[in-house]
Amino acid sequence: MNGTNLIKIALRALVNNKLRGFLTMLGIIIGVASVITMLAIGQGSKRSIQAQISEMGSNMIMIHPGTDVRGGVRQDASAMETLKLEDYQNIVDETRYVSAVSPSVNSSGQAIYGANNTPTTVYGINPDYLEIRRYKVGDGEMFTEQNIQTAAKVCVVGKTVVDNLFTNGESPVGKVIRFQKLPFRIVGVLESKGYNSMGMDQDDLILAPYTTIQKKVLAITHLQGITCSALKEEYTDQAIDEITEILRRNHKLKDSDDDDFTIRSQQELSTMLTNTTDMMTVLLAAVAGISLLVGGIGIMNIMYVSVTERTREIGLRMSIGAKGIDILTQFLIESILISVTGGLIGVVLGVGAALIVNAAAHFPIYIQPWSVMLSFAVCTVTGVFFGWYPAKKAAQLDPIEAIRYE
Amino acid sequence: MKEIIKLDNIKRDFQVGDETVHALQGVSFTIYEGEFVTIMGTSGSGKSTLLNTLGCLDTPTRGEYYLDGVSVRTMGKNARATLRNRKIGFVFQSYNLLPKTTAVENVELPLMYNPNYSTSARHEKAVQALIAVGLGDHLMHKSNQMSGGQMQRVAIARALVNDPAVILADEATGNLDTRTSFEILVLFQKLHAEGRTIIFVTHNPEIAQYSSRNITLRDGHITSDTVNANILDAADALTKLPKNED
Repeated sequence: MNGTNLIKIALRALVNNKLRGFLTMLGIIIGVASVITMLAIGQGSKRSIQAQISEMGSNMIMIHPGTDVRGGVRQDASAMETLKLEDYQNIVDETRYVSAVSPSVNSSGQAIYGANNTPTTVYGINPDYLEIRRYKVGDGEMFTEQNIQTAAKVCVVGKTVVDNLFTNGESPVGKVIRFQKLPFRIVGVLESKGYNSMGMDQDDLILAPYTTIQKKVLAITHLQGITCSALKEEYTDQAIDEITEILRRNHKLKDSDDDDFTIRSQQELSTMLTNTTDMMTVLLAAVAGISLLVGGIGIMNIMYVSVTERTREIGLRMSIGAKGIDILTQFLIESILISVTGGLIGVVLGVGAALIVNAAAHFPIYIQPWSVMLSFAVCTVTGVFFGWYPAKKAAQLDPIEAIRYE
Repeated sequence: MKEIIKLDNIKRDFQVGDETVHALQGVSFTIYEGEFVTIMGTSGSGKSTLLNTLGCLDTPTRGEYYLDGVSVRTMGKNARATLRNRKIGFVFQSYNLLPKTTAVENVELPLMYNPNYSTSARHEKAVQALIAVGLGDHLMHKSNQMSGGQMQRVAIARALVNDPAVILADEATGNLDTRTSFEILVLFQKLHAEGRTIIFVTHNPEIAQYSSRNITLRDGHITSDTVNANILDAADALTKLPKNED
């Protein structure tokens, strides 16, 4: 018995029952469409979070002084004075997996220009900081190493600060703003980065030489933190190991002592966030998968009824020479055709729905090619799996009884 | 003359609960090529069991059955399916056409299960068979657009399409009115005249007058097997019938 004839036979049988075929397909259509849409939404938000993280610098490593207990009182990290300039210098000199390093001190307060003022944070850093945090200077220039050596009162400002202080649209470069009574000359303006995935405004800041902030604003000699970036995101762990070694040595910690500093990497944050979205994706896909399962059961149900309803047809086919395997194959092909056609329509609808969600609700979406392939494969498997039992039943009918079945 | 069917002491027992029913209790006969045989009997005579056996749908409990020289008794299901496909043409009382399917497609059906036919050869054969039963102008009519007589003609064309060794008709006129019945009988007589072998199972004794040989079955035994010396012409009978009003 040749296969093309069986496909023709199955096709004719389906065409004769268009409405029933379509209704059966509906379950599969909805199942596949929802799987694809849900995965597109899940993957879309995952990708958008990843993109935001990498915009913040996915290879970023932040070092803070560790909390300490003094006389039973746990101290705030910023009160710790364990991180010194020497630590920074050693990290710059001795590491292989760290590409850029910047000390970090900061102070919050009002920035004032003319009659305008705005609350903001001044970060004392070096020019490497731009590379680490992926900032770019738009107008003007970054301050220089020279400015750091001389603790010059210069700064680079973020767009939010500019918007709040320079309300009549004048160019801020070259103007002098005041922060905590100190005048700072603006040498550059940062390009806008917008809000990050945690809803923080990344443009609400002022960058100044760390020496200036240390000496003239905070009057301290220690560092509040060191920010650096690993050579590549994959080398984050090696970089952390190197830094840990240097800091433990500098701080003369014994093997039994805990670290007196904490190192956090963007990678951790990224893993945490993507874990959350992965979980969301799995949940969405599970719900969608259940609807696909229900669709499959729908196929089985209809095929089962169809076998009973078409008992005489089966009897006739057998009496004119169809073998059991021919009948089995015919019914299997029918259910596979239903599920695959349903799958195709479902893919189109699912992609369409995802695009509509994207256009109407501005939800980030990403249609993964494998999710389309997967739903397609699942459809075929569904067709075989749920079509098998009814097809088997049809093939096992006794032609003598089937042909006279009323 | 060529033996198409040879039954040798065929017995068929059925197990119904604790009881054994002996549906056929030693049936023997030989049918030669070109015979038009009616097999008659009341319900319970074993007529249907005999038909199933002749049609290779069932195998006898004991005895030998040769169809066109091939022993059927020991054949498996699939081998019998292929044998039915090549050697037998069935005509049923209730036509058993596929619904919503054209005449040509219905007639093509047996050839769909025969890989030796190409699409065009299959179509060609089906059209020829339909012309042979007088439905040359109804090729694309669907089964639900046809009258009972037309549907039975399509069924007969379907039985002819594989050039079977024997045509097995099971109460083929049972669902038709008198006039249409005679029209179908005319068709069977025409096929007989062309040299085809026909076995017509019926409980209507009238039909026996139009066939060349009558076998009567009762309680699983053959009670009579006679050659009909005086075959009536169904076409004559048709003209003598009162005309329909339309």
